[in-house]
Amino acid sequence: MKRDWLPLALVPALVLVALPLVGSLPTWVTLSVAGLAMGVMIFMMASGLTLVFGLMDVMNFAHGVFISVGAYAAVSVLLVLKGPMQAPSLAANLSALLPAVLAAMALAGLLGWFFERVVIRPVYGDHLRQILVTMGGLIVVEQLINVVWGPDMIPLSRPATLGGAFIVGEAAIERYRVLALVVGLAVFAAMWLVLARTKVGLLVRAGVESAEMVEALGYRVRRLFVAVFVAGSALAGLGGVMWALYQQAVTAQMGMQMMVLIFIVVIIGGLGSVGGCFIGALLVGLLANYAGFLAPKLALGSNILLMVLVLLWRPRGLYAVGKA
Amino acid sequence: MRFLLSGDTPRSRALAVLLVLLLAALALAPFLFPGTRSLNVAAKVCVFVLLAASYDLLLGYTGIVSFAHTMFFGIGGYGAGIAIDRLGAGWGALALGSVLALALSAAAAFAVGLLSLRVRAIFFAMITLAVASFFQILASQMSWLTGGEDGINFRPPAPLGSRLASYYLVFAVSLALFLVLLRIVNSPFGRVLLSIRENEFRAEALGYRTVAYRTAANCIGALGATVAGLLYALWLRYTGPDTTLSFDIMVDILLMVVIGGMGTMYGSALGAAIFVLAQNYLRDLMKLASGALHGVPLLPDLLHPDRWLLWLGVLFILCVYYFPTGIVGRLRK
Repeated sequence: MKRDWLPLALVPALVLVALPLVGSLPTWVTLSVAGLAMGVMIFMMASGLTLVFGLMDVMNFAHGVFISVGAYAAVSVLLVLKGPMQAPSLAANLSALLPAVLAAMALAGLLGWFFERVVIRPVYGDHLRQILVTMGGLIVVEQLINVVWGPDMIPLSRPATLGGAFIVGEAAIERYRVLALVVGLAVFAAMWLVLARTKVGLLVRAGVESAEMVEALGYRVRRLFVAVFVAGSALAGLGGVMWALYQQAVTAQMGMQMMVLIFIVVIIGGLGSVGGCFIGALLVGLLANYAGFLAPKLALGSNILLMVLVLLWRPRGLYAVGKA
Repeated sequence: MRFLLSGDTPRSRALAVLLVLLLAALALAPFLFPGTRSLNVAAKVCVFVLLAASYDLLLGYTGIVSFAHTMFFGIGGYGAGIAIDRLGAGWGALALGSVLALALSAAAAFAVGLLSLRVRAIFFAMITLAVASFFQILASQMSWLTGGEDGINFRPPAPLGSRLASYYLVFAVSLALFLVLLRIVNSPFGRVLLSIRENEFRAEALGYRTVAYRTAANCIGALGATVAGLLYALWLRYTGPDTTLSFDIMVDILLMVVIGGMGTMYGSALGAAIFVLAQNYLRDLMKLASGALHGVPLLPDLLHPDRWLLWLGVLFILCVYYFPTGIVGRLRK
């Protein structure tokens, strides 16, 4: 199969074009790292959504809820583990973060499993009702978060060793962003390995192309789908933790606020395409940071502009997948 | 009477009684329920009946989900607000603001429709969500024009100084446009929309240009929402992001249309009335219940007055599964 390399060139192109515009090298480095970190965090939240759509033609408008739930689960754990969080050693900090992340992924995954069974299963193949029902689920879960954790914003401080910044030459690079970048790239690499090198991944990719054919060959696409749904929800939970620590605050609405960006990313990438989603997320993250520096007034519109441009170039997104 | 209702009668005695009650209550609201709060509720019901009905034209009749309806609602509100704020409280300013707002709404609806209605329902929903949130940010950023987060307080033209006159303006325009929408959905045009909802492929095969019809429906819905926005701004004498553009209002509209009954104009009228009443009075009931259950674990939190949306959300999901035709569909059985 011939690979389509053109979209891959977009990310380096954007980074290079930004250099003369930004003008100063240290600022450019800072902005690029910040943009890439934001991009991989968005990718974690968006990847599940695009895979679920590709595999089962289901669009979950309540995906953002998994982000909020993950963040809140992590907050609960981190409030208990206050001691190790504020200890000045990286090992102690990570020993507090790890259970928090696991709790977030577990709770978000569990909620995803419940959501798939109870909310989405009755409305397969009916987009209108899918949108409506998942919107209803969004309302209910958001309200339940308010019941369990209270309606107020919860401030969340980063662990002691992850605050502050590295100084490389004259460029300041926040430590937390480096961590986010490392985690995000690891998630992408793991996902790519699973999809490209394992049998499950092969089945998922085949299911995205044609679920009927995979079923005809004797595999249960439904079961596969549940697994992908749960994994995608857990990843959204992970993304929620990372994002909450990045913003240093948690609110019940944070998931819904991210949904707009996530939709833009998923549309840019092409519905159902994981690779496209990754490129889209990086583009959106980078552009948000560059535009925020160059023209703060335009920053908020830059993502919509990017989406329109991409759709004018490729009406079905960067990588069009089977049914989308 | 049949002419006024465009031949689309309630077809159920209970529904007819409810609608007559609603109409009578709204028509006589200033006399039946004096008091500022209840008149506010009545005016809000009028505005949201129109808003929900114009949304139902899209969701219930054409089968497309848009999340940009509050954007058009907001364009109306800001049209009235900005024009009066800049040009003084005259009818001329209001007329100019209204015309500009309607033109802008129609153009925006056309552009969004052209960009995304060719593809699938889900795509349209996602794009409208993005566009609407962009517009919301735009409105709060351009504070030199829109007053930012604070919005615009303004004085309406002189005759609307009295609450009574403003209320009847809101009531009359809402009622008239509701009947116009009823006329539209029962026209041949409306029938084509229904056929697109039921089977797009077949509608196209019969020779209807579905994209054109959908775009037209999108524009008509947007214009309805714009007028509702104008009325609401005139009633509140204020326009701002929270009263017109917020995503919460979009969710409210969805709840109204689905709980009332998709695909019937009467459903949106009942849904809007029930929702606004619940919004204003269910809290009081829940406060009582929550107080009565004091000491029981969890239950008082679930019944906390601020959690009224939780229960409407549950009702919404149940409606989508079990009563896709909502309250009106139940009553017509």
